Amino acid sequence: MSEQDVDKSRRRFLTAATTVVGAIGATAAVVPFVGSMMPSARALSAGAPVEVDISKLEPGRRLVLEWRKQPVWVLHRTKQNLDDLAKLESKLADVESNSSKQPSYAKNKYRAIKPEYLVVIGICTHLGCSPQYRPEVGNVGFDSGWLGGFFCACHGSKFDLAGRVYSGVPAPTNLVIPPYMYTKNDKVILIGEDGGVA
Amino acid sequence: MTTKTQAFMNWVDARFPMTKMWEDHMAKYYAPKNFNFWYFFGSLALLLLVLQIVTGIFLTMNYKPDADLAFASVEYIMRDVDFGWLIRYMHSTGASAFFVVVYLHMYRGLMYGSFKQPRELIWLFGMLIYLALMAEAFLGYLLPWGQMSYWGAQVIVNLFAAVPWVGEELSVWIRGDYVVSDATLNRFFAFHVIAVPFILVGLVVAHIIALHEVGSNNPDGVEIKKTKNADGVPLDGIPFHPYYSVKDIVGVVVFLIFFSAVIFFAPELGGWFLEKDNFVPANPLKTPEHIVPLWYFTPFYAILRAIPPIWESQFPGVIAMGMAIVFLFFLPWLDRHPVRSMRYREPIFKINMFIFIVSFIVLGWLGTQPSTGVLSELAYRFTELYFAFFIFLWIFSRERSAKYYITSLIVMLSIVILLDVLRGGDADKVAMMMKTFLIPGICFSILLVVPARFKSWAQAKPVPERVTS
Repeated sequence: MSEQDVDKSRRRFLTAATTVVGAIGATAAVVPFVGSMMPSARALSAGAPVEVDISKLEPGRRLVLEWRKQPVWVLHRTKQNLDDLAKLESKLADVESNSSKQPSYAKNKYRAIKPEYLVVIGICTHLGCSPQYRPEVGNVGFDSGWLGGFFCACHGSKFDLAGRVYSGVPAPTNLVIPPYMYTKNDKVILIGEDGGVA
Repeated sequence: MTTKTQAFMNWVDARFPMTKMWEDHMAKYYAPKNFNFWYFFGSLALLLLVLQIVTGIFLTMNYKPDADLAFASVEYIMRDVDFGWLIRYMHSTGASAFFVVVYLHMYRGLMYGSFKQPRELIWLFGMLIYLALMAEAFLGYLLPWGQMSYWGAQVIVNLFAAVPWVGEELSVWIRGDYVVSDATLNRFFAFHVIAVPFILVGLVVAHIIALHEVGSNNPDGVEIKKTKNADGVPLDGIPFHPYYSVKDIVGVVVFLIFFSAVIFFAPELGGWFLEKDNFVPANPLKTPEHIVPLWYFTPFYAILRAIPPIWESQFPGVIAMGMAIVFLFFLPWLDRHPVRSMRYREPIFKINMFIFIVSFIVLGWLGTQPSTGVLSELAYRFTELYFAFFIFLWIFSRERSAKYYITSLIVMLSIVILLDVLRGGDADKVAMMMKTFLIPGICFSILLVVPARFKSWAQAKPVPERVTS
């Protein structure tokens, strides 16, 4: 076949069409591979609620539980702790918890159903370290006027005892409050279940 | 060669370019005759690549990529497998040694302008290797499933969650779960032992092919291909084999002395090569007091922590950390100065280089320290110096007028001040900012006032026609 018999535009069209169809096919082939990296059915189903008896939790003490492989803290706040919360408001980034995650029943100034008990996911909203519980008051090295709270040693984020983040630290939002509810005459907290309130 | 071996080689050469490849890359690859100490690190990097692959293969024979078994299987390798401790220490020390060698190799490129035209692609392939190496190190660090493994992965994967809109989804996709878990360990193992090494080897081949196409640079930055003899051989070139193959073997011997000393006498190197918290099994409920990446990531980690969140998003820090590496990619297009080697560059260039190296080391140290008060403020200032280096490279690409230098100084300091105003903070913070402002203030002033005032500091020396010594 000599060169002048070639229909160049037809050839170009066929080449382009083949390329496009091939590219679509190759892209479609990526789907199962990318999909296989999403959480599996087993990972999705792991998330049963956990129960904790709080009747023996003394004021000022904290319990660490595991829920969905994450640390959840239950903190029994003292009267003093609750009074101190208001004093910190000028230092906080999101006092009203407007851009933070919590169920509607925990979107109040104590970030809790009952003020004394804080239930919070112990994972820093910055890069996911688990902050330290630092209940002491005064000059604590990272803060000269500390009134108790949580300190993330990884990147220096500070939270008050309601899990609200200080301004000027790396963490952008308050600690996350999980769904929870009181059962059995309010002696037990059920984490991960709230009877569909939220 | 005897006729029989010659006949055999002819048979092979008719079917596969054996002799041609040998000559192109070894016996007739002419490298400049003035290579110095800094030219050991390319071949050492290659040695370490082979070492990591070989030790890695033997480690996988006993390692179990399972969250319940991984930690114990590493201890099993260390205690019960014959020579398991040696192979594992070779692998863990090899990782750090790889970065030592690669950083020195990159510094060499920076000093002698080896990234400049026509070697831009060598530099780009090299940067991709560096990137793949960082991925490989990060993925591998999860495998022992210790506390540092776990929390290090947790922090780094969460960096992706900072990406606007799709971040949360993206981090879940990377982990294969909502937290770092068995699924994460299993896939990191797959990436670490097959996917990334495969990419690494491919990139190394591309790096070397590109290098051998253009030819090596040298400490004088002189193009040896410009002066050739009648046979087309560069006058200042010597064949790679046997001259540099032998030279490199000397380098290998010296390197192995140091390498063995670490393996046999200080495999943890006081926590710099293996962190003590990683001898505690992963515990998702408790973060170690100080989580610190291994030393080769700490400069970037310091940059990440130094940038405050903007609009309640930590994305700027992540962007800054990414940009710290992206800027290096653009080096060939930032430094446009025709003189390659630092030997003949203007004095002010050397000061800029010095400040950059100091900043990199200081950031590396700060990355190992807790991020509090003065230290995080210092990290911010040295981050400014780190990025300013690239701007100065651009400014020093040619001689500028005094007005240009002074205007640049005013603009750059204004930007620093503007950023400080945006950062804001309480009285203590502002006082600290004002003090540390001296760091960029003095550095920028020296770098821009000196060439404006003393012209000779901004003038490159004449480059010789041929290589020296």
